Amino acid sequence: MKKTAIIVTAVVMGLFILSWVLKANAVSATAESNYILRGFLVTIAAFLTLSVLSFLYKDNPFYKFAEHLFVGISAAFWMCLGFWSTIVGNLIPRISEGLSNAFKVPYIGGDWGNVLGIDIMNVVFIFPIIFGVMLIMRLSSNYGWISRWPLALIVGTTAGLNFVRYLQSDFIQQVSSTFVPLLGNNWTGFGDFLSNLSLDASGQLVLILANWVIFIGVFCGLIYFFFSKEHTGAFGKASRVGIWILMITFGASFGYTVMGRISLLVGRITFLFKDWLEIIS
Amino acid sequence: MNNFLLISLSDIGVIISLIVIFGGLLWLLIRSIKAKEVDRRIIFIFIFVAVAAPILFPITFQESATEVVKGVYDKIENLPAGSKILISFDFDPAMAPEVQPMANAISAHALEKGHKIIFMSLWATGQALLSQTLETVVLPQFPEKEEFVDYVNIGYKAGNEGVLNVIVADFRQMFPTDVNSVPLDSIPLFYNLKSCKDLDMIVSIGGGKPGPKEWVLFVGDPGNIPMGVGVAAVVAPQLYPYYPKQVVGILGGVKGAAEYESEFVKNYSKFENMDTPGLRMMGPQTLAHMVIMCFIIIGNVIFFRSRRKGGAK
Repeated sequence: MKKTAIIVTAVVMGLFILSWVLKANAVSATAESNYILRGFLVTIAAFLTLSVLSFLYKDNPFYKFAEHLFVGISAAFWMCLGFWSTIVGNLIPRISEGLSNAFKVPYIGGDWGNVLGIDIMNVVFIFPIIFGVMLIMRLSSNYGWISRWPLALIVGTTAGLNFVRYLQSDFIQQVSSTFVPLLGNNWTGFGDFLSNLSLDASGQLVLILANWVIFIGVFCGLIYFFFSKEHTGAFGKASRVGIWILMITFGASFGYTVMGRISLLVGRITFLFKDWLEIIS
Repeated sequence: MNNFLLISLSDIGVIISLIVIFGGLLWLLIRSIKAKEVDRRIIFIFIFVAVAAPILFPITFQESATEVVKGVYDKIENLPAGSKILISFDFDPAMAPEVQPMANAISAHALEKGHKIIFMSLWATGQALLSQTLETVVLPQFPEKEEFVDYVNIGYKAGNEGVLNVIVADFRQMFPTDVNSVPLDSIPLFYNLKSCKDLDMIVSIGGGKPGPKEWVLFVGDPGNIPMGVGVAAVVAPQLYPYYPKQVVGILGGVKGAAEYESEFVKNYSKFENMDTPGLRMMGPQTLAHMVIMCFIIIGNVIFFRSRRKGGAK
């Protein structure tokens, strides 16, 4: 290890401990009883935030530490969560009353009927356990092929479920929403239109303009993706309009993305200034 | 003269910050025109200063709700008192700075109007954030509201779209109890509530998967239930095609949250001192966006200058 690296690490650790002591001291003045733990948690959160942001300068061991810690904790968190929320929360209440009582989760008695005194629901929900075990066979080099069967079931079920819903909401409803009245909803003549002319967002003029933008936008956008005819002449011009519509859409998405990322930065800086350094109220 | 002397420390901070930022940008422009290299880290420093300065020296802007935000506000406002609204917290701490202000404002508005709220989450991480809203908004601001009568927290349930597919027909199949293992059958709010179809409105707040889009696809559309959505800015453009037929309104990013807070505070004067993080965040947002726009302009100036000189094509 280089001498510089040792000095930097020692300084950072020293600052970390100093921050912990000062923070715990500040928290002890409040009603918080676990002030040492609270001081540690705020300090480690600030340390990890700064470690991640340090990547903007250049890759460094503090960033790597924060990254690896995040991946490790996430994996452990989702593993525990998967057990307690899916197996204990969803499966056990459906397969056994005794196990439900043992795990202190309410048993969901099904009204599926009984065969030879056995609840049919309990039997049916044994199958997910079998499929789960089959999925884990993926870890075996000899029997890995077994995992393909439950995987196929998952993919098939998801595709089937999503197909219907996406067809209804993202296709039929969207096509229906594109059929907009080009003269607005309540067109009673040009005279009425001129006498009630208003730039209000809910006014007739704005509605007509919005509907025309939808109509032209969809029409020209579709033309841009129609490759069976050469994009020349009027067809080419419509295609150019289509690409402009796409660019404006991407621009709006980019603007929203910037806003989202800035919000996250605001969140972290607010944490550093408010919870850690306490320089703002 | 007196007004001039009354200038606050915060205003001085704002003025100094603006001088530093825009003076720096001018220096950057001059440096770029002279064809000198600009390190990417300088850009990061500018963004940091543009975000940090308005947090230290708050700059506030007036916001007024746009039609798309007012859609959600008006729907909650016009529902008769006692209506049942489900609010789903489908987000994690990473998304929270953007969408938690929406969740807080909508919860406060709904409770103030006398509606009954069912809180839930499709994200495991959403449950803790849901508790935060209960602790910071519901309990301190509405102490008269009773759990199980005016609101109930049924918590998180694993299963993503599978959960939605079931609760659109029967709540109890997925949520036999609330978050504290109290059976739904013994909760007054659930007495005449079998499925999502018995709700008067659903508000999904999130930005990932499962989130508002899945709520529209699996519950809102098939159950014909009025839906309002609050989404992280990144996914807001994906939700706009659903407005106004499939969702009554959209709160897109922190701007949507700020607009909702502004509308709520404007119409309910007793909440004028409530915390409005959405509105507070608009200061850093505006300044950071101005800096980014300046960078885009500087970048284009350099590009066209170098192209004219026969450089980059």
